[in-house]
Amino acid sequence: MASTVARLPDAQLEPLARAYKDALAAKQRQILIGIATLVVALFVAGYMAEVRIGEFLRHIDRFPTYIVRLFFLDTGASVFTDIGEWFWGWKHWLKLLVETMLIAYTGTFLGALAAFVLSFVISANLSRTAWLRISVKRFLEFCRTVPELVFALIFVVAFGLGPVPGVLAIAIHTMGALGKQFSEVVENIDMKPVEGITATGATWWETVRFAAVPQVLSNFASYALLRFEINVRGAAVMGFVGAGGIGQDLIEAIRKFYNSDVSAILILIIVAVMLIDLGTERLRHALLGKERS
Amino acid sequence: MTDLSSDTPTSFAAHARANRRELERRYPLVFAGDPLGRTLTIATVLGIAGLLVFGFWYLEFEPMKMWLGLGKLGDFVRFMIPPSTGTWSKFLIYLDALGETVAIAFLGTLLGAILAAPFGFLAARNVMARRFVQFTTRRFLDSVRGVDELIWALIWINVVGLGPFSGVLAITVTMFGAFGKLYSEAIEAIDEKASEGVISTGGNAIHRIRYGIIPQVLPVIAGQVLYYFESNTRSATIIGIVGAGGIGLHLAEQIRTLEYQHVSALILMILVAVATIDYFSSRLRFAIIGKSQVAV
Repeated sequence: MASTVARLPDAQLEPLARAYKDALAAKQRQILIGIATLVVALFVAGYMAEVRIGEFLRHIDRFPTYIVRLFFLDTGASVFTDIGEWFWGWKHWLKLLVETMLIAYTGTFLGALAAFVLSFVISANLSRTAWLRISVKRFLEFCRTVPELVFALIFVVAFGLGPVPGVLAIAIHTMGALGKQFSEVVENIDMKPVEGITATGATWWETVRFAAVPQVLSNFASYALLRFEINVRGAAVMGFVGAGGIGQDLIEAIRKFYNSDVSAILILIIVAVMLIDLGTERLRHALLGKERS
Repeated sequence: MTDLSSDTPTSFAAHARANRRELERRYPLVFAGDPLGRTLTIATVLGIAGLLVFGFWYLEFEPMKMWLGLGKLGDFVRFMIPPSTGTWSKFLIYLDALGETVAIAFLGTLLGAILAAPFGFLAARNVMARRFVQFTTRRFLDSVRGVDELIWALIWINVVGLGPFSGVLAITVTMFGAFGKLYSEAIEAIDEKASEGVISTGGNAIHRIRYGIIPQVLPVIAGQVLYYFESNTRSATIIGIVGAGGIGLHLAEQIRTLEYQHVSALILMILVAVATIDYFSSRLRFAIIGKSQVAV
């Protein structure tokens, strides 16, 4: 059976073809304008950030050589020939690593605790006072926009050098970040239990305790664990501004070109971060799995 | 057997308490509890609290120190008001540094996004058939991400010297790791029907990527790039603390020299810049992916 594709007469076809061409051209023009804007922005940004491509290309070999140099001892031998010498400070470093973890842990805990309370205040479905809700929301926004290292710098001046300012800085930032995530969880709860408990004449606290908290707890825990993971990374660099943890030793080693120490400390940090990632991931899956069943 | 619904005038709670024994007999499972679950819960709570107490002790949280520190912090905040940069010339210097910060974030995000593209495909399970390559790429991206931005900044300072360029490179590397992972996840989540269609008409792997995958992932990726531009403006502000350009250098200096009003003015400038970028990038994001699909 022969089939033919019907073809419109040319007179009818022409305006359609022209419309198609115009639409295509408009789209292309739009893309071109977008690309042009991007290129201009790129050059302006490149000028402002003092990008020197020539110099960069001339010195690019320094990057791989620097990385390679990190794996050689002062004696000139490769670090792998003498692991003991490479990790000579492991006792001290492990202690600092424990300190780093504890900074992350206590900071996350304090921040999560504050976020837990505030999230019910700022969630649209449970909050009862509008001005309180808006002002707390703005405050939390401020807490998560200012980088934690800036808080750490200020707290170091107030509380002195050591892990305390690091913990407080992480706690404040965590409160801001988790407060938002927690309140989003609360806003997504099933409102039927809330209505039921309100109908029995319960106070706001009782409603939150018996209608909202049971629904959100596992999600809260999951978010808090994720934040703990992020905070371990944050705590590792707190030492850069004197706020405790392993960062102090790392920045000293980098600045003073103790190359093998740099690689040793970096490896310790990476391994620790990976182990924590794996652990929290399993915990989170267990938590969320329990909720589903 | 008592009829529980008979005397409605008394409160429900009082009634339930009065008939507790009867209720216990009727619904033994509700009252029995779960001894194993309960022990586990108590143990978890004790463990969490114990670790917290240990942390406070280990990190030397002393009440006296906290009290004095809070007092000092109060002074600090009081001296901060009103925010002021002293002179206009100082303000212009800060403004220039802020521009540098935004430029660092912009370049770093864009370069990272471009460099990560091929690695995103290599790390995606449905594109890279060789499991070994896919796995190695993933782990490579993971370890790049495992090193903090600030550490990368320090390393790049050793290569290209102090200044904003090292900041750009630091953000580029970090974003390379982050985007590589995000891309591969976006690619793994695509609808395969388009790819199958391309293959069935005789297209090769390149055609499949160009016509079957890229049109699907491009809006998602564009949204993420815009989101990270805003988030990187925040990180670019601290990169100056280690000497990699931008406003962070001024911020750290003013905090250390206790120029409180300058500090609050700088923080205010950063907040305004971040809010502005957030506003425009989210509008662009909505324009690209449509309002309904934006989760962040």
